[in-house]
Amino acid sequence: MSMHLEVENLYLYYKTLKGIVKAVDGVSFQLKRGEAMALIGESGCGKSSLSRAILRLLPRNTYKYEGVIKLDGENVMEYSDEKFRRDIRWVKISYVPQAAMNALNPVIKVGDQIAEPLIIHTNTSKEEALEKAAKMLDIVNIPADFINRYPFELSGGMRQRVAIAMALVTDPELVIMDEPTSALDVLTQANIMNEMKDIRKKMNLTLIYITHDISVSSELADKVAVMYAGEIVEFSDAESFFKEPSHPYSKLLLYSVPTLRVDREPIYIKGQPPSLIDPPTGCRFKDRCPYRFEKCEEKPPTVSTNGGFAKCWLLEKR
Amino acid sequence: MSGERLLEVTGLKMYHVIRKGLFGGKFYIKAVDNVDLTLDRGEALAIIGESGSGKTTLGKTILRLYEPLDGKIIFDGRDVTHIRRGELKKYRRETGFVQQDPYGALPPFMSIRQILEEPLKIHKIGTKEERLEKVYKALEEVRLTPVEDFINKYPHMLSGGQQQRVVIARSIITDPKLVIADEPVSMLDASVRVEILRLMESIQKKYKLGIIYISHDLSTTKYFSSRINIMYAGKLVEGGPTREVIYNPIHPYTRYLINALPDPDANNRFVKRDVPPGEPPSLINPPTGCRFYPRCPLFIKGLCDVKEPGYTYVNENHWVKCWYYEENR
Amino acid sequence: MPIKNRIKNALKTIFFYKSALAGIILLLLIIGFALYTVYSYPYEKAVADWRAGEKTWLDNPRYALPEWITLFTGGNPPKTIILSTTMESRNVKKIVVPVSGNMSYIRIDMRFDYNYDDYPSEINIFFNSTFEELNPKIEVEWIKPDGENITLKSIVLNKEDSYYISVDLDTKDLLGQIVKEKLGLNESPYILPERYLFSPLSEDILDPQKVVVLNGEYTLRITGYLYEKNSDIDVKLVVYGKVYGWAGTDNLRRPISIAIMWGTPIALSFGVTAAVTIGLIQMIIAAISAWFGGRVDDLIQRITEVNLILPFFPILLMISTFYKFSIWVLLLVVIALSMFGAGVKSYRALFLQLKEFPYVEAALSYGASNMRIVFRYLIPKILPLIIPGMVLSVADFVFLEAALAVLGLGDPDAPTWGKVINDALRDGALFKGYYYWVLEPASLLVLTAISFALIGFTLEKIFNPRLREM
Repeated sequence: MSMHLEVENLYLYYKTLKGIVKAVDGVSFQLKRGEAMALIGESGCGKSSLSRAILRLLPRNTYKYEGVIKLDGENVMEYSDEKFRRDIRWVKISYVPQAAMNALNPVIKVGDQIAEPLIIHTNTSKEEALEKAAKMLDIVNIPADFINRYPFELSGGMRQRVAIAMALVTDPELVIMDEPTSALDVLTQANIMNEMKDIRKKMNLTLIYITHDISVSSELADKVAVMYAGEIVEFSDAESFFKEPSHPYSKLLLYSVPTLRVDREPIYIKGQPPSLIDPPTGCRFKDRCPYRFEKCEEKPPTVSTNGGFAKCWLLEKR
Repeated sequence: MSGERLLEVTGLKMYHVIRKGLFGGKFYIKAVDNVDLTLDRGEALAIIGESGSGKTTLGKTILRLYEPLDGKIIFDGRDVTHIRRGELKKYRRETGFVQQDPYGALPPFMSIRQILEEPLKIHKIGTKEERLEKVYKALEEVRLTPVEDFINKYPHMLSGGQQQRVVIARSIITDPKLVIADEPVSMLDASVRVEILRLMESIQKKYKLGIIYISHDLSTTKYFSSRINIMYAGKLVEGGPTREVIYNPIHPYTRYLINALPDPDANNRFVKRDVPPGEPPSLINPPTGCRFYPRCPLFIKGLCDVKEPGYTYVNENHWVKCWYYEENR
Repeated sequence: MPIKNRIKNALKTIFFYKSALAGIILLLLIIGFALYTVYSYPYEKAVADWRAGEKTWLDNPRYALPEWITLFTGGNPPKTIILSTTMESRNVKKIVVPVSGNMSYIRIDMRFDYNYDDYPSEINIFFNSTFEELNPKIEVEWIKPDGENITLKSIVLNKEDSYYISVDLDTKDLLGQIVKEKLGLNESPYILPERYLFSPLSEDILDPQKVVVLNGEYTLRITGYLYEKNSDIDVKLVVYGKVYGWAGTDNLRRPISIAIMWGTPIALSFGVTAAVTIGLIQMIIAAISAWFGGRVDDLIQRITEVNLILPFFPILLMISTFYKFSIWVLLLVVIALSMFGAGVKSYRALFLQLKEFPYVEAALSYGASNMRIVFRYLIPKILPLIIPGMVLSVADFVFLEAALAVLGLGDPDAPTWGKVINDALRDGALFKGYYYWVLEPASLLVLTAISFALIGFTLEKIFNPRLREM
């Protein structure tokens, strides 16, 4: 089966008063059609920037934006902004932004909001779009009569579902979700995750979802990408990752999660993540890494592992 | 649980009043409705609930940031339910508050030193030198060392974890006996959460501090509290030693809550979680009887929806308020 | 954000925004000018000079343009020439020769070079004679560079006497007569005395388009007799120019520079004091209103609403019409009327949001008193947000003061920009074409407003990240 999404050496730098922020610094990964990837990492590691880079939603202070993004083998980086907007964004790749539930327009009815991307990005009539919107409401488990309500009449979980419906209404192939459940309660989160498990199968979606919560990431992920200081330090399939991650950072990250069902004293990672303006040379994690040795001063190699790849000198030694 | 009683809350009620329109009537949000709880000196208690369950209001009412409508708060043998002015100020000195959003909890225009000196100045504690000494000690306590690197910084120059340490330092600088921590780590990165909680734990043990953790996250509190109370729609529904409640939950709501929480596991994606239907009720007009009955699969008609369940003891320390358990034990 | 960093960032940003840099440079220039005025020209003296009346400024031309006008118009307009027997000059010669008894013959020659390309605006001669009973009698002669010699008038002098050549009817008739005879005309034409006296006598003198100014050395000769022993005559000749100083003069021959100079510190201090005081008072009222809520809030909000319904400017006009007060009392009145202004409403909205901030709640939890929360926790956070508005409103108050003065309702004593415009309007300056008189104070008003506006808008960008362009 050929790859659905291939990202190769993707860069996204911003220019700020303090310097160049290397938010996405040479990121590569591949996903098959229908696979779900969890993108995990601490805040400020560049996860959201990576999603913006894939969607080409660039801020005005973008300094460097290059690399290869292939959709079904076609390099969409070569598309003009106009073509990208017309053929890709929200048509093939759609997006559930962070805190989307609070970003709904308070004076537009739920149904109209869901129909909106369809009307803007495809040549669909308003009636057809509303019909589709009603179908989407059903898919995300919102009662049909909510189509004529306003966002403030909905609970947080419902609004988040509306945001998801907006992303799915154009029948995209790839959906990027930024912290889709982080502001929600445990039960609501579990509910939406249940629904996402159905939806991704039903629509054969390729999914990238960004989260800082590793427990939640295991709810959907076939693949896990761990991002640290602008780089993906480990990319692995879920089985290998949750059993035993390869990269020291992934290990510490996983063991910092308090577990409910088994007793395992959670640990923590000392120190702060580095600045993206002036990241350390060599391995960017070396200052916080308990296994640091001489070689870490050099840029670590990408080593293939059981589940995928990781960037660490320890693995090469083995 | 043996030990010296620090806090005893009985029948506590706190309703928020909202007015609708100019001539519209008053509505009450019954955020805390008939809550009993106790806390011993040096003990860490967790209150777990979803957003809107009234857990934050409960914390703030105990801190007397709200005036209770009914009930009693006995702190260190004194009734503090309706104290005012001088007495209230004294109570404020004996309590500390750690909020959810560390950046928001620190005045952005004050340096760390000014921030930590504020409670001391307000309570006229010590001379200028003594106050500075206390600030140093507090910063060392929360491991913001070397102190010189932090004392003159402003909140925005610190990371979220460091900011929360400052908040903790401020909450303990007047040597309180009780600290209420409202979601102290939920806004922080997973990697620093444990670090902050460990820090609070060590301070709590060192100074025999009573801590109430208010949280939505069962899995973190599991490691940092000895007892746990589950709150749903303004009421406590189950309480007991932490591990006992987590490994042997009785109340259907508690069971759902535990069930909904994933642990990192690759198999999660193949299973669906058992989640109750519906959403938590409105606190303006909550269900009669047990507030969970509209979502409860074990609902006994004519009982759960009529009469409020009382305490049923699973064992000496573990209690639950559930008619189904009471009837079927 | 801490103050030190704020300032550092603010400076950085200001240099980033070129408009703010322009505003700051402009404002610094204006402030420099104001400081120079305050130190070099005491206020009491300025007021005294401004209110001194026409007599004091008799040596100044009326309606003179500023000297730098030639930069734009070119040419060489005349400056004022003053010659007096009381001053030492080789151009002034006074001879007194005893004739018989107590009688003496007096001759005064006043010579001056006239090298301008326009006529003087006026020519006046002032006499100051000493005698007991018998008035001296003199004749005034005018000798042009080309040698033409005209006897203008004979005068029996009073102790203080003057001869306003430009407006003297006898002189006008005389000059008309001369022209009629010399050019063989049928009737005597009307010739402006200055034109006759400063041009060669030819056909051209009748045609204002063709006539030219005769450059060279002119002499005013006064001959006559003194009839008493101790009698004497002092003469002062003033040939008024058409330009004066760097600001010109008004209808009362006053140098406009007095009001232009003192108008600057007055406008700045009035505007800044009003803006800052009103901003701060409104903020404190708003903070108290928002924090205490309940009845305090109700009361403050109702007062504000009533105050907002009352029309500010008409009331101010009414008060200033009934009571003529000094500019500083006016300032107090403006502050009193604006205390409960619209700012109270908008700042209150900010404070209501801030009131819910966790750090305010935290302050309550560690026992901070209400006043401490208002002044230590609420106000410092809002202050930076209202500074841009304060800076912008400086211009409003500068204009307000000027507007009152223009309507003649300002401080009657203070020499201000508005006062200059008021004088100009009353004299019909624009109608008569004296644009400089209005443009000078008006452009300073506009420049001041622009400088504060440029700075204010940038500050808004700095303090309000939503407007930031990065």
